[in-house]
Amino acid sequence: MAPSLEEPTPVDYEALKGGKVKPELVAPEPEHCPGPESERAGQADSCAGCPNQAICAAAPKGPDPDIEVITERLAGVKRKILVLSGKGGVGKSTFSCMLAWGFAGVVGLMDTDITGPSLPQMMGVLTSTIHTSASGWEPVWVTSSLAVMSVQFMLPDRDAAIIWRGPKKNGLIKKFLMDVSWGDLDWLVVDTPPGTSDEHLSVNALLKGSGVDGAVLVTTPQEVALLDVRKEIDFCRKAAIRILGIVENMSGFVCPGCAHESQIFRATTGGAERLAREEGIPFLGKVPLDPRIGMAADYGESFLEAFPESPASVAIREVVRRVGVEVERV
Amino acid sequence: MPHDNVRNIVLVLSGKGGVGKSSITTQLALTLSLQGHSVGVLDIDLTGPSIPRFFGIEDAKVRQAPGGWIPVPVHDAQVLPSQKSTSQSATPEGPQHQKIGELSCMSLGFILANRKDAVIWRGPKKTAMVRQFLTDVLWPPLDFLLIDTPPGTSDEHISLLETLLKQVNLPTAPPNQLAGAVVVTTPQAISISDVKKELNFCKKTGVRVLGVVENMAGFVCPNCSQCTNVFSKGGGEIMAREFEVPFLGSVPIDPAFVGLIEEGTRPVYPEGTVVEGKPIGEGRAESGEVSELLVDKYRDCSLAPLFDGFVKRLVDEIGTRNNA
Repeated sequence: MAPSLEEPTPVDYEALKGGKVKPELVAPEPEHCPGPESERAGQADSCAGCPNQAICAAAPKGPDPDIEVITERLAGVKRKILVLSGKGGVGKSTFSCMLAWGFAGVVGLMDTDITGPSLPQMMGVLTSTIHTSASGWEPVWVTSSLAVMSVQFMLPDRDAAIIWRGPKKNGLIKKFLMDVSWGDLDWLVVDTPPGTSDEHLSVNALLKGSGVDGAVLVTTPQEVALLDVRKEIDFCRKAAIRILGIVENMSGFVCPGCAHESQIFRATTGGAERLAREEGIPFLGKVPLDPRIGMAADYGESFLEAFPESPASVAIREVVRRVGVEVERV
Repeated sequence: MPHDNVRNIVLVLSGKGGVGKSSITTQLALTLSLQGHSVGVLDIDLTGPSIPRFFGIEDAKVRQAPGGWIPVPVHDAQVLPSQKSTSQSATPEGPQHQKIGELSCMSLGFILANRKDAVIWRGPKKTAMVRQFLTDVLWPPLDFLLIDTPPGTSDEHISLLETLLKQVNLPTAPPNQLAGAVVVTTPQAISISDVKKELNFCKKTGVRVLGVVENMAGFVCPNCSQCTNVFSKGGGEIMAREFEVPFLGSVPIDPAFVGLIEEGTRPVYPEGTVVEGKPIGEGRAESGEVSELLVDKYRDCSLAPLFDGFVKRLVDEIGTRNNA
């Protein structure tokens, strides 16, 4: 088969509009499938000859009824924030934790990174498991005002690989929103995996009813990371997610020996600050690279509490404060 | 079949994002090329392709030919002038008129109209693209095809292995074509715990782990030469031992390598910098008429000797298995 060089349609617009019910299929979706939950399911040109055609055409169209359930379940949650980055390893989970520790009030922390969950270790609750009660799944409470939910809590063995395709991941994320008894929260912080794919589409679609207050983007200063973050900005715009601002992490490293500052990940293209200016989004601040942040994460301790005076802590608290300010601004 | 002229396929995997999969892939490719092998790099990170940026070919576009896509060439097979070393302590066995192998790349980045465009695809579409990358790219005859992957163990990985395992089991495929995987990690526990999942993924799918590379292990302050373990140290080696897979080594953070990728500047080090017992980079910067190939500049990078060792071990490892 000769490949086509036509521009791949980059956006699954149907999926962005809101979660839909997906019918049970008898065969895998073909390459040019309009999406079994889309309006054109079963009727598009590419549906001709697909074994699923009749099923898709007969499936009920319209918004996913579960969205209402989720909206009701999250009625007691005041603010919902996504932490996003196109790039992996820039500190999404670290910042999700910092926001959780830094915000006042009761905070819920939800890990949508199914194949590489990091929050349980960073929160020091790696070996916890979840319990079911009459009201649903109980999240793991780290303190009396901080609850965490992650797939890690459901694994039989902590190193087990979760080899799942998209639909299965989406199913679990839906459960996290629908079946977890979060209770009354001041903040729900949603940590995401890198990229712009299933998890991101699902979280956004499922939270359409209850409303996402905005997204915090995390990046490191070098262009290789910014390149992917630009894609994430494009994603937010297309998915109509408000961008609360962008944080530059690992910005500069101060040698503990001689206090000389090195730009390990050099911002050759102006870093996040210039990107924020170009894109017209708030710049939330720079956080220096401090080896103790990584160490605190490894031991599941709060860096903000352990080293409150360090420059990194000061910078992080300022970022947390700015996020709070941006959320309030309408 | 598409990979009949590819001798060995090596995957670069990691459960964790941002640990340097693309950076390690790039350096393995450059080093393999420097050792005279012909190399192809396939980037199947669809939502965050970095390979075009790493090879400095972001503006390149893929060309179409009857029957498939032609990968973007980085450099042809050629002979590089020997490394000049003006200092008296010149590397004694320094490569003389080095013969390098051809290098080409394929990535979704070469197909997108605008580098800012987000590729917002769900699983089935990613699966279709990965499959197309594995069947429709017209690679030149290659000694090694390196496949750079996104983080995780999901759609791209499942599709990649499904398609690859089908292909390598065909009678027309060269024997033992799927050589195995290089697994990349950073030293801290957070990263290790995700990468262990990837090692379990390899076990489950029967992919041989050729070795573990620990990236970002330590940073040498350019001012006082004190080495700080920015992301702690040693975790990769312990993990490799625990899973009984070979440990290739630790790669320190080298800002000069970042500069080489980000700005294309030839790595220069302060006088007296010694790596693996050899002084490097002395007296190179001022010589004007050197070629501007990335691979040539990379020879001056402090990480080059390190990767030279890794690649020799990898090639040996693959060779012993093929002969067994």
